[in-house]
Amino acid sequence: MAEVAEKAEAASPSGEAAGTPAIKTVELSKKFGKTVALAGLSMTVPRGEVFGFLGPNGAGKTTAVKVLLGLLAPTSGGGWLLGKPVGDLDTRRHIGYLPELFRYQGWLSAAEVLALHCELAPLPRSSWKDEIGTVLETVGLADRATDRVGTFSKGMQQRLGLGAALLGEPELVFLDEPTSALDPVGRHDVREIIRGLSARGTAVFLNSHLLSEVEQVCDRVAVVDHGRVIAEGTMDELLGGTAVRVRVSGLAQADKNRLMTFGRIDDEGDQLTFNNLDPDRVPELITAIVEMGGRVYEVAPRHQTLEDRFLQLLEDEQK
Amino acid sequence: MPPILVIARLTVQESSRRRLLLALLVLTLIVVGFSAWGFNKITTIPRSDGTLLPRDQVALITSQLLIVVTFMFSGVLALSAAVVAGPLISGEVESGMLLSMLARPVRRSEVVIGKWLGLAVLVAVYAAGSAFLELVAVNWATGYLPPHPLELTLFVAAEGLVLLSLGLLLSTRLSGITAGVIALVAWLMGWIAGVVGDIGTGLQNQALENVGVISHILLPTDGLWRGAIYAMEPDTYLAILRNSGTFGRANPFAAVDPPPVQFLGWVVVWFAIVLAASIWSFRRREI
Repeated sequence: MAEVAEKAEAASPSGEAAGTPAIKTVELSKKFGKTVALAGLSMTVPRGEVFGFLGPNGAGKTTAVKVLLGLLAPTSGGGWLLGKPVGDLDTRRHIGYLPELFRYQGWLSAAEVLALHCELAPLPRSSWKDEIGTVLETVGLADRATDRVGTFSKGMQQRLGLGAALLGEPELVFLDEPTSALDPVGRHDVREIIRGLSARGTAVFLNSHLLSEVEQVCDRVAVVDHGRVIAEGTMDELLGGTAVRVRVSGLAQADKNRLMTFGRIDDEGDQLTFNNLDPDRVPELITAIVEMGGRVYEVAPRHQTLEDRFLQLLEDEQK
Repeated sequence: MPPILVIARLTVQESSRRRLLLALLVLTLIVVGFSAWGFNKITTIPRSDGTLLPRDQVALITSQLLIVVTFMFSGVLALSAAVVAGPLISGEVESGMLLSMLARPVRRSEVVIGKWLGLAVLVAVYAAGSAFLELVAVNWATGYLPPHPLELTLFVAAEGLVLLSLGLLLSTRLSGITAGVIALVAWLMGWIAGVVGDIGTGLQNQALENVGVISHILLPTDGLWRGAIYAMEPDTYLAILRNSGTFGRANPFAAVDPPPVQFLGWVVVWFAIVLAASIWSFRRREI
């Protein structure tokens, strides 16, 4: 793990001088028959950024990754990786990928699988030994290097897949649900690896529905539903504003309607939650309530979690 | 190493590590051992007058038995090629094994050609190895060698390659078991269509003859098998066949003439078409 971070300072991704983003898509769409998997996906991921791609099951997250990697052909729109059009063979030298459906040759050892990927990458043969040793250490499989992959647990195979994605110090890494088979220790390790990649200047496209994981490591997040981005921004932008819950009695419905000038209200009878309220306006809110004849029992500011925001976005989307 | 050769090596490695090669080797040695014992009996069993069969009769009987044994070997090769080729691509697409490999700078055409090449090496090695062992055993047991052993090996290997190519083409779109079964049924139907064509020749019925011709064009396995048979027939037996007129041609285990050059040329074109179709099909497959 530490080795990844150690390499960070020395890294100088090729092509960065061109200033092109790691990922750019414009109105990218993908249909499977009548089913729309991607409906005009437009986004930009700068170099070196850890980008979280969130969405419920079936939102089109994996389809987006596969289209970007050239495994699926887009129906319309365009996509660029590291400044080159999607599907460019040479660009793939600088990309790592851990698929959601990870499976590796069970008849090979872990080191042989990684050697295969070194060969296909292709990396100079002289570097293979160090590369393989480093990534096995990074993903915690150093003591299983010579064991057949067929004897590995799912979690170990996912670690191996992550290792394969890290080979050759890629400039962009796609991680599709990278912790789906991992225990809490493994999830912690993956977060550390992502932080190490970020420190090295590698862009990471993290496809996940594990919100806490995304919240902890991502610089920026896009929430996708029904194949299109419904919200995008930094964590602060997405979670901006504080929700304030006020326990109050003596307010008529007309009074509550007038209070909507302070923000969207979740009305649960004597519990009113004001969303996206600037903390500086809390005294003003309380004064207004008291002037309306309301009796205030409790005022509780509450920071929004990514989960709150995610659910709220999906709820808004369905309305 | 270019990606094509990496994929080819991986395919050979998989067959080896999964002990497919070992299983084939052991089974082949058992069959060769039994057939050597059986062939040896031809030379040692006395006739009713107590004498042994003369040399030319031993050669004639051996040549006929060798055709039957070779049919079994070509069947094993065809079955193995179809069963192994069927899931060659579809199996790895379904399991997700190809996902991480195709995200590397590897063309899909390189995957198709690499896998074909790897299996082709296995088919060629098995055909050559089993033919060598069987012919050495027969020669040891009876002193007989077919007139064209090299051609025999090439035709049997080509038959296996045809089924491998068909299985691979089907594997780009269909599940492994479906692709394997279709390839096998196609091989059997090709053989039966060849027999129907023989019957047409015997009866001098053009429509039935055409069934054989068309089947040889669509799937050249039976046509290649006829080439293998021709390579195994001694001149004495060929003379008997030729003297028996059209009836001599109506036999699925006999060939009066070598395969026409046009047919051999078509086989080369057939391979090119099927491999091109496999690449085209896999390129358009969404993974």
